[in-house]
Amino acid sequence: MRLPLLALLARGPAHGYEMKQALEQLLGSAYPQPNVGQIYVTLGRLEKAGLIRGEEVEQSSRPNKKIYHLTDAGLDELRGWFAEPEDEPRVRDEFFLKLALAPQTGLADQIALINKQRRQYLNTMRNLSKLAGAENRDNRIAQLLIEGAMLHLQADLDWLERCQEELEDPE
Amino acid sequence: MSDRRPPAPSAARGAEPAVQEHLLLRAEGLVKTHHGEGAPARAVRGVDLTVRHGEFVAVTGPSGAGKSTLLHLLGGLQRPDEGSIWLEGRCTDSYSEARWAEERRRSIGVVFQFFNLISNLPVADNVELPALLAGRSPRQARAERKELFAELGLDGKERSMPGELSGGEQQRVALARALVNHPPLLLADEPAGSLDSRGTREVMRLLSRFHRRGQAIVLVTHDARLASAADRVISFFDGRIADDVKLGGAAARGTAISDVVELRPAADRD
Repeated sequence: MRLPLLALLARGPAHGYEMKQALEQLLGSAYPQPNVGQIYVTLGRLEKAGLIRGEEVEQSSRPNKKIYHLTDAGLDELRGWFAEPEDEPRVRDEFFLKLALAPQTGLADQIALINKQRRQYLNTMRNLSKLAGAENRDNRIAQLLIEGAMLHLQADLDWLERCQEELEDPE
Repeated sequence: MSDRRPPAPSAARGAEPAVQEHLLLRAEGLVKTHHGEGAPARAVRGVDLTVRHGEFVAVTGPSGAGKSTLLHLLGGLQRPDEGSIWLEGRCTDSYSEARWAEERRRSIGVVFQFFNLISNLPVADNVELPALLAGRSPRQARAERKELFAELGLDGKERSMPGELSGGEQQRVALARALVNHPPLLLADEPAGSLDSRGTREVMRLLSRFHRRGQAIVLVTHDARLASAADRVISFFDGRIADDVKLGGAAARGTAISDVVELRPAADRD
């Protein structure tokens, strides 16, 4: 959450609630919605670290609100974020460990595990399809996020298929 | 394998013949071996399958698993070495090629990966021809075709030759041809297999739309995104049904739909 908030401030000062709304609008309903408390806590930390600077603005009818500005240090931090590629997703999930350890326990059948896992993935895929249909078609960023999730899942399903091909008893 | 068979329709009292009356398609003990060069390939090795009216079933599995062969058997495009197929309760064991061709005009529509349109006929004629062959008047055939073209976004393309259209458009023409006689069953063999991702989404959207209006569909695909549009997914491995699952019944673990993305790639991976 730290860097996205800095990124939002790169185009100009904003207050916390504005930033929450901007993120929601940009990322769409598929992305986990940031909760407002989380945003305020993070903003407090960023300010303490000198990456942003808060400015109290008086409001006549309501409590003061705080407008945040990006500092030079914050800008450097943000540049560093964009400069580095991210780690690839890791294939190190619990299912893999179940599959690997099932035979020596005698408690589960590998093919049954694969089938069960495939059902889970297929249902998730179906939910993603529905989500893509429900999301605004013109929000390309949100649609790309969903498409990315579907492609990941497709790869997971392809891998399950490979597992099944390798582990199924030949006759 | 627990829900290998769909539950019997509630109207039936459990007696087998009564159940069959409600089934659109029933296959039992299907076996098909290809004898080509090299060792015989056992493409389908003992498949039992039922499809109810209005059901949308996807068959997925790795390439070479025999899923296309299975679809060809269901449409009478190939004949099984063993086993039987019933269409709306009628046994097809004794059907001739001509009788199967008639079924494919009347009760089974088929779309293929490579569209299989008649390349030297304008696309409107490609769609009207099967209607005429099924005994419609030219006026009826044109009316049916027009309705489908409007529905599928093909207005203005009537006089185009298939080769002048994009892959996605050709597949929509093929879909119109398959549906022009209102067959109760649509068979689709990798219908998005030669389309880009936009064309794939389009096919997925159209299949879902026809299904919502009651069209029964059996879709063969290796693409899980396409398969997830179905109510029921059959996993096909090595010529046999490895799993048969209804989708969307019980809520998946992610409760709110907005949790779905979070559930997988973002949060869970590390």
